[in-house]
Amino acid sequence: MAELFAAGQQPEVLFWVGCAGSFDDRAKKITKAFIKILNNANVSFAVLGTEESCTGDPAKRAGNEFLFQMQAVTNIEVMNAYGIKKVVTACPHCFNTLKNEYPGLGGTYEVVHHTQFLKQLLEEGKISLEGGTYKGKRITYHDPCYLGRANNVYEAPRDLIRKLDAELVEMKNCKKKGLCCGAGGAQMFKEPEKGDKDVNIERTEQAMETQPDIIAAACPFCNTMMTDGVKNKEKEASVAVMDIAELIATAGDL
Amino acid sequence: MDYLPNILFAIILLFGLGFFAKNVQRLVRNIKLGKDVDVSDNKSQRWKNMARIALGQTKMVVRPIAGFLHIIVYVGFIIINIEVLEIILDGILGTHRLFSEPLGAVYNFLIGSFEILAFLVVVSVVIFWIRRNVIRLQRFIKPEMAGWPKKDGNLILYIELILMFLFLTMNGADYQLQQMGAAHYASEAGILGSFPISQFLSPLFDGMSISSLIVVERTAWWLHIVGILFFLNYLYYSKHLHILLAFPNTFYGNLKPKGQFKNLEAVTNEVMLMMDPSADPFAAPAEDAPDPEKFGASDVVDLNWVQLLNSYTCTECGRCTSECPANQTGKKLSPRKIMMDTRDRLQEVGENIEANKGSFVDDGKQLLDDYISREELWACTSCNACVEACPVSIDPLSIIMDMRQYLVMEQSAAPSDLNNMMGNIENNGAPWPFNQMDRLNWAQES
Ligand code: SF4
Ligand code: SF4
Repeated sequence: MAELFAAGQQPEVLFWVGCAGSFDDRAKKITKAFIKILNNANVSFAVLGTEESCTGDPAKRAGNEFLFQMQAVTNIEVMNAYGIKKVVTACPHCFNTLKNEYPGLGGTYEVVHHTQFLKQLLEEGKISLEGGTYKGKRITYHDPCYLGRANNVYEAPRDLIRKLDAELVEMKNCKKKGLCCGAGGAQMFKEPEKGDKDVNIERTEQAMETQPDIIAAACPFCNTMMTDGVKNKEKEASVAVMDIAELIATAGDL
Repeated sequence: MDYLPNILFAIILLFGLGFFAKNVQRLVRNIKLGKDVDVSDNKSQRWKNMARIALGQTKMVVRPIAGFLHIIVYVGFIIINIEVLEIILDGILGTHRLFSEPLGAVYNFLIGSFEILAFLVVVSVVIFWIRRNVIRLQRFIKPEMAGWPKKDGNLILYIELILMFLFLTMNGADYQLQQMGAAHYASEAGILGSFPISQFLSPLFDGMSISSLIVVERTAWWLHIVGILFFLNYLYYSKHLHILLAFPNTFYGNLKPKGQFKNLEAVTNEVMLMMDPSADPFAAPAEDAPDPEKFGASDVVDLNWVQLLNSYTCTECGRCTSECPANQTGKKLSPRKIMMDTRDRLQEVGENIEANKGSFVDDGKQLLDDYISREELWACTSCNACVEACPVSIDPLSIIMDMRQYLVMEQSAAPSDLNNMMGNIENNGAPWPFNQMDRLNWAQES
C-alpha cells in the first residue's frame, strides 16, 4: 500500500490479510489463493503489509476492550491516512470487526468478505468457473459464526460452491443453526474448559455424516479447527478441508 | 337480592389486582437497578419485531412441535381472557352471561370457540407435561433445572389444566341448569352460549338436583376466577412472567448485527486521550472528573436494564442451551443458566432492598463466583447460537462478555493462555509471537 500511495495511486480495494492470513502456515495458502484470483481478475488491490496490525477481535472477545480499542484506533489511523474506501478480507472475524465495530471509532469503510467479493467477480464475468475440477464432488460447507449468524451471510459461499458444479450437501446444523467450530470468542488461543469432547470434534462428526469429499470453510480459524478434527478422525487422506478461495483458485482454468 | 357474593367478589378482585400491582412495582424497581442504555432508536423496526416475534411467535415455530402446541396455548390464553372479562362483570353485577344479549348469535359462536380452544389447550398441556416428565427431553433436565425450576414448569401446566377443567365444568353445569329451566340461569331467549365440549360432561350431572348443580356451577365459577387471580400473582415468582414481558423484551431486543459488540465509551475516551499527541500524560485529572467507571460487570447492577429485563423474560425453555456448542460438548456453560442466575441474583438484591427500607446493604455476594463461575464464562465461543435460538430475543452472550470485561480489565484474571495472546497483540500486533515486520513475508514464500 505504501508504494502505491507514494506513486499517487489509489487501489480499488484494500485486501486485509489478517493475522492468520499473514502468519499461520495453513492460512497463508488461503491468502495466496485469493491473491491469485485477484491478479487473474485484474483487480487493483493493495495490502497494508507491515502496517497492518491485529484488528483486536480476539482481545475484545476475551474482554480486553482497552487493547481492542488501541488496536482499532491505530489501524483506523493508518487506513484513513491512505483514504481507504473499500476493504475485503478472508477472515470473518476481521470482517465483522472492521465492518461493525470500527465505524463507532472513526473508521467507516465498505467491508466485504472474500466470498461476497468472489461472488461479485463471478457475476461481473471477471472470473469464470468452467473448469470442472470439482464436478460431482460432495462438498459440505461449514458456516463461520462471524459470517453467518453474526452478519447474515449464508448464500454467497454456497452460490460459489454450486457454481463449481459440485454437489453441495448440508450438515444437520447449517446456516442459522450452524454449529461453531470452537475457535471463536478467543477460544482459539486457549485450552478448552473441561467437558466430554472438543467442539471441533463434534462439528467434524456432523460434517462426516454428510460423507463429503471436501469440507469447505470460509474462515482461517474454522479451517484449522476442522483440519484438526479430520486428523483426529484419521480421515485426512479422503476428506480435504479447503477454503472457498482455494476451491476457486484450483477450479481449473485460472 | 343478596349482595354478599358480589361484595365478596369485588374484595377478592381488588385484593388480587392490588397484589399484582405491587409485584409489578417490584419488577420495575428491580429492572431499573440496571444501567441506562439508549434503546430509543428505530421505533418502527422495534414495533415490527414485537409484532413478529412476540405476537406472531415466529421464533417459536422454528421447532415445529413445541411451536405449534405453544401457539394453541397462547391463542387459547389470549382469547379465553375475553371470557374472563364477562366472568368478572357477572361477578360484580350478579348477572348471568351478561354479553349474551348484546352479542346475540356471535356470543354463541364465541363461547363455542372458547370451549374448543380450552379443549385444545388441555391436549397441548398434557403433551407438554409428557415431554417434560415422560419423554424427558434433554433440555428440560439439565442441572440448572433441578428443584424449583422443574417444579415451576410443571406447576404452570397443572394450573392451566385445572383452570381449563373448571371453565368447562362451569359451562357444563350452566348448560344443564339452562336446560332444566333453573331460575337466574334459564333465559327466555333460549340457551345462552353453545357448548360443543362441555356438553359431553352432561352424563356427570345426570340426576343432580338444580340446587346441587348450582353448587357445582358456583364452585367451579369461583375457583376458576380465584385461580386466575392466583395465577396472575404467581407470575412474578415464575418463568411464566414471559407471557407479559415477551412483548417489551422483543421490542427492546438488539437490532444490530449479532456480531457487533458495543464499544465501551469510557474506554474510547481514555484511548483517545492516550493517542492524542497534545495531551499531557502527567496532567493531574481534572478536579471535577467523575470517578473512573467500573469496567464490565461483576454484579447485576453493573448490567444494563435491558439485560435485567431479559432475565425476567427468560422462559427457561433451554433452546439456547441445547444449541450451545460448549454445552453440547459437556462444558459447564449453559446460557439458560446465565439468565436464571442473573434473575435469581436480581431477585435477591431486590429482597435485600426491601428488607433494608429501600437501600441495598452489602451482603458479601455478587453475580460473579457466587452464581456464575469463571469456568462457565471462559467456555463461551461467542458464537451467538444462543441468541439466535431464543424465541423471545434474549441475549445471554452480552452478559458473558460484560463479565469477561470485568475479569480482564478490573481483575486481570484472564486464563494465562489468553494473557499471552493479549501480550502478543500488544507487542507484535498479532495474537502469536511473530514480529510485526514479518507480516508480509508470506508474499516472498512460494
Ligand atoms: S455464544 Fe457462548 S453461550 Fe451462547 S451458544 Fe455460543 S458458546 Fe454458548
Ligand atoms: S434465554 Fe431464551 S432460549 Fe434460553 S432458556 Fe431463556 S427463553 Fe429459552
